[in-house]
Amino acid sequence: MIEAKGARKSFGSREILRGIDITVQDGETLVIIGGSGTGKSTFLKCCVGLTKLDGGSISVDGVDVTRLEGDAEVAAYRRKIGYLFQEAALFDSLSVWENVTFGLRYLTDIPESKYRQIAKEKLALVGLKDIEDHRPAELSGGMKKRVGLARAIAAEPKYILYDEPTTGLDPIMSDVIDDLIISLKKDIGVTSIAVSHDMKAAYKIADRIAMLHEGHFLQIGTPKEIQSTKDPAVRQFIEGRSEGPIKMKIKAYD
Amino acid sequence: MSRTALSDVGQACIDLAEETGKGALLVRSTVYWLGRGRIEWKQAVIQMMRIGVESFPVSAMTSLFTGMVLALQTGSSFKNLFNEPLFTGTIVSYAIVKELGPVMTALVVSGRAGAAVAAELGTMKVTEQLDALSTLGTDPVRYLVIPRVIAFFVMLPLLTVFSNFAGVIGGCIVSYLKLGIPTKVYWDDVFNHMDNMQLKHGMYKTFVFAICIAFICCYKGINTKGGAEGVGRATTSAVVASMTAVLIIDYFLTAILVAVGIT
Repeated sequence: MIEAKGARKSFGSREILRGIDITVQDGETLVIIGGSGTGKSTFLKCCVGLTKLDGGSISVDGVDVTRLEGDAEVAAYRRKIGYLFQEAALFDSLSVWENVTFGLRYLTDIPESKYRQIAKEKLALVGLKDIEDHRPAELSGGMKKRVGLARAIAAEPKYILYDEPTTGLDPIMSDVIDDLIISLKKDIGVTSIAVSHDMKAAYKIADRIAMLHEGHFLQIGTPKEIQSTKDPAVRQFIEGRSEGPIKMKIKAYD
Repeated sequence: MSRTALSDVGQACIDLAEETGKGALLVRSTVYWLGRGRIEWKQAVIQMMRIGVESFPVSAMTSLFTGMVLALQTGSSFKNLFNEPLFTGTIVSYAIVKELGPVMTALVVSGRAGAAVAAELGTMKVTEQLDALSTLGTDPVRYLVIPRVIAFFVMLPLLTVFSNFAGVIGGCIVSYLKLGIPTKVYWDDVFNHMDNMQLKHGMYKTFVFAICIAFICCYKGINTKGGAEGVGRATTSAVVASMTAVLIIDYFLTAILVAVGIT
């Protein structure tokens, strides 16, 4: 279970997260939606400990990310969480299979002799084969995302955090990634938090959707509840309209 | 002083303090991981190849021509003054071994390898590869910075030794071909006046330059902000800062070494 209590984060004078409270149950997929710059990715990075909270707490299985001490504790925490970056963040200097198994050396006791086989299996899980020796520069955007996903699941984490998993992909490839996320949940039973602008993907993969706006969750609900929301800001966002309370707020800043 | 100018000065002081603090944290983190003995030797060897071996031709060439021009200038000036190109070998070897070899090699390595390090780490930063390292259980300082610090520390002194040879040999070539100094006279001039102190003087400087270039370039790289433009800015600033630091540190180190009798 991932639990955020009063999570706060500012960059300079800009308050990004203003006391976030949310609980993600085991086996659940939560999709966080919201405009650009509202702190969705920041929240994910706080969950994995890449960004430090200014206040409040985020805990995974009762372990508070803000109170991790020592390499062993940090490694045990990171072992539980796979992270898919927006642009995949593959290491350019390594081959695909080296990328996929990179974390095993630091997070697990698996002998190196098994790495290549593991890479092959994880790549097969995301629908890729015979690309183990390719370099990231030789792959398409969709393939990079899938390799990134294979890397995120290589150490068999209990949780996966997806930062805009379908951004920049064509509609068919987006659907392929959505199916992968769903099958990972069914096959491995992972708990996930995904950040997305893509409402079609959000409705498809989410058990619950949370709309982040101005540092707070405006609404948290099932895809059905979000689709039938009466909240004007949430409505505006899910319908993708330029007119509405969110834009009015931007005008007010101008 | 107007209020704007005052606030600019204040902001510059705050920025400097922030940069110094971040730099100190990087050094502390490096010492921590070195102390734990968790060194990525494979990465260190790769970096030694890139930083050291690949810089060898350009650093040797630079030193060779520096030695050549130094011999030509010294020999022709002394010829004008004393009608003989006296002590050309001594002056060339002193200047190369104590000063120009270490400094020129450090400047060449800053421009070539330092820029490459800053650009590579900067690109990794803006494409979230540094964050990816952390999520995969390792620390960017451990995996990226320490191998580069080791590579600079090992390879810059080695490059300097080769550069010293190249410079003195360059001087010998010009002395013989242009100034008509017999090679035996040139080498006698070199070895009759050169001892371990001169070599130590140059080599001590080199180790300090290596640490300085490594930390500045790694620091600029891993603190890159923005996209491609940010990488460009970080690279330029890494080269400028490391070259300037080498020249400034050179003076103070020379003063210290002279004061303690290593001359």
